[in-house]
Amino acid sequence: MALPSYADPLERIWYYTYLVICTLIFIFLIAPILVIIPLSFNAEPYFTFTSKMLTLDPEGYSLRWYNELVTKGMQSEGGGWSDMWANAVWVKAAKNSVIIGFWATILSTVLGTLAALGLSRPEMPYRRLIMAILISPMIVPIIIVATGMFFFYSNPCGVIGITCGSEAQPWRLTSTYTGVIMAHAALGIPFVIITVTATLSGFDQSLIRASASLGANPRTTFFKVIMPLILPGVISGALFAFVTSFDEVVAVLFIAGPEQQTIPRQMWNGIREAISPAILAVATILVVISIALLTTLEVLRRRSDRLRGVTGR
Amino acid sequence: MAETTAPLTTADGRPLKAALAKAQSRAKRRAFLLVLPLLLFILLTFAIPIGQMLQRSVYHDGFSKTSPNLAAWFDANPQGTAPDEAAYAALAADLVLMKENRLAGEAGTRINYSVPGTRSLFTASARNADDLTPPFKEALLAADRKWGEPLIWVAMREAASPWTTDFYLTGLDMQRSADGGVEKVAETNRVYLWLYVKTFLLSAVITGICLLLAFPVAHMLATLPMAKANLLMILVLLPFWTSLLVRTTSWIVLLQGQGVVNSVLVSLGIIDESGRLAMIYNQTGTIIVMVHILLPFMVLPLYSVMRVIPPSYARAARSLGATSWTTFRRIYLPQTLPGIGAGVLLVFILAVGYYITPALVGGADGQLFSNQIQFHMTKSNWSQAAALAAMLLAGVLVLYWLYDRLIGIDKLKLG
Repeated sequence: MALPSYADPLERIWYYTYLVICTLIFIFLIAPILVIIPLSFNAEPYFTFTSKMLTLDPEGYSLRWYNELVTKGMQSEGGGWSDMWANAVWVKAAKNSVIIGFWATILSTVLGTLAALGLSRPEMPYRRLIMAILISPMIVPIIIVATGMFFFYSNPCGVIGITCGSEAQPWRLTSTYTGVIMAHAALGIPFVIITVTATLSGFDQSLIRASASLGANPRTTFFKVIMPLILPGVISGALFAFVTSFDEVVAVLFIAGPEQQTIPRQMWNGIREAISPAILAVATILVVISIALLTTLEVLRRRSDRLRGVTGR
Repeated sequence: MAETTAPLTTADGRPLKAALAKAQSRAKRRAFLLVLPLLLFILLTFAIPIGQMLQRSVYHDGFSKTSPNLAAWFDANPQGTAPDEAAYAALAADLVLMKENRLAGEAGTRINYSVPGTRSLFTASARNADDLTPPFKEALLAADRKWGEPLIWVAMREAASPWTTDFYLTGLDMQRSADGGVEKVAETNRVYLWLYVKTFLLSAVITGICLLLAFPVAHMLATLPMAKANLLMILVLLPFWTSLLVRTTSWIVLLQGQGVVNSVLVSLGIIDESGRLAMIYNQTGTIIVMVHILLPFMVLPLYSVMRVIPPSYARAARSLGATSWTTFRRIYLPQTLPGIGAGVLLVFILAVGYYITPALVGGADGQLFSNQIQFHMTKSNWSQAAALAAMLLAGVLVLYWLYDRLIGIDKLKLG
């Protein structure tokens, strides 16, 4: 907002106050995220800037917490790469996070995109109700979702009144990758629905008829006409779903076993017990990842706008 | 004109109306088939688990499955009958059953939920149940005077059936009185209703602060040229995309006793070493961190509404003699109302159900209702957790319904 030329002195003062207020709010938003980055290079196990750090003395900085990340939990001191890959707790957590996040994203993106295609057709019956149901995993408090899943996944067949598997060792989904992946997929679905239906709302349905009248079968139409146009929306939905899974801790707390510990789960442990600056090193890495994601999204958005003929104001 | 002409038909002679209806129902079916897989998935992984969990809030068979004799006596004698010899005989028989099946602990736990401090009564009496001889009333009262207490009999009557409202009563800070009625618990033991109200109040405070902070920011983003606005938007979106645990950690680092903010204040001489502020692990911490986490959810809907408000309206108002304040109040603010509504409701809904942040930085007085659910889960008092979950869910669903009525679910946008 530029100051109009007819502004009186009082308005000028107010305008500059407004700028200062906005700046302060932007600092409030971004400072907490940036402040941990230098602190993660702290040479001492403190959470505040040491005098050496403030004077930019190289001795005040070190990579020891990053080193701890990749070595903690290894079988032998100075063990090799394979030891680290197999035993370092944070490396294991990262592997789990990626595996669970990947499959949960695939599941929620495929199902969510299909459903969004159905939901955006004008003929869709009960559209509003179904939409409300599909968005609800985002709205219902996570503790309620996790509690429900905990009971259900402990004995999935219990809902029809039987116990699957043997009596001593009933079949269950808790402490399995499948269980956590299903839970995370459910939590990610609202984001896919929201982003893909938003993209589809700008989608010209007559393109489908045009494609059909030119002789394309439904499959060709889908892959050659619909998909390229909604792809940016699908990808950003998938990114949302992945981030949701990558950041989710409550369902993991309830459902996962010791084998499925993820990065957020490890961080949760770290924060609840003694915070070691190693947490800050993880946090820094995660911030860098979210910057990368944000950049990807921004590129996608511009591409989508260009394809749909939207130009900047 | 002749009204009696034959109905319109398609090229192959079918009535047009029927053909159209058929085509439409086919299109409907196709659209529905696309949604069906996801709907089933959500039902299976989300809706059924929650429904099943809620059933626990009214169902607990811990006592009823080993108390057939008592249940029969309770059925035969209405509420308020003083327990006679037959009642004590039924109790003795059930205690034997509990001992045989090693379920005295479970049964005692169930009664313990209603009358605290009674679990050991069951385990101890069941241990010696085989030695009980008639007359059972004297024998049991000799074993423990507590068996004569009316409250225990009221609790057992309720628990003899697996279907119960006991857990909702507890959730509403009520209990059964000795005469079988319902009364409020003692003032000092009231926990849940106040916590429920407090959760909504805190959420309202957080939502209010978010609105105050988001409004100027969204306005600035909406009125700047696109290129600059996109750059500043990153400052809003980066927190949005950053892990919740990372943001919580950062705030702990910033606000704790030996943290960055306190250290800066001390080194500037604003506070002295002994006066370091307690800004985290209490209610203040919960509010600060939740405002930071939820702020983007307020900025984004406001921004998307403000961006399409034509600036010419404000200019027209000014040219007609309105002051800048009047212009803002009468012209600009009303146009932002849809954005305010969407942002406020979304942030409020998300805040009411918050769990992670209060658990990590809330300390003792910054806990919300969700944390109480988790507390009962760790205590394995699942039915109580389910009853509290149902209460919270009811509140959230009302808000969700309101959101759908006022804003519309399909208007929900992210980024």
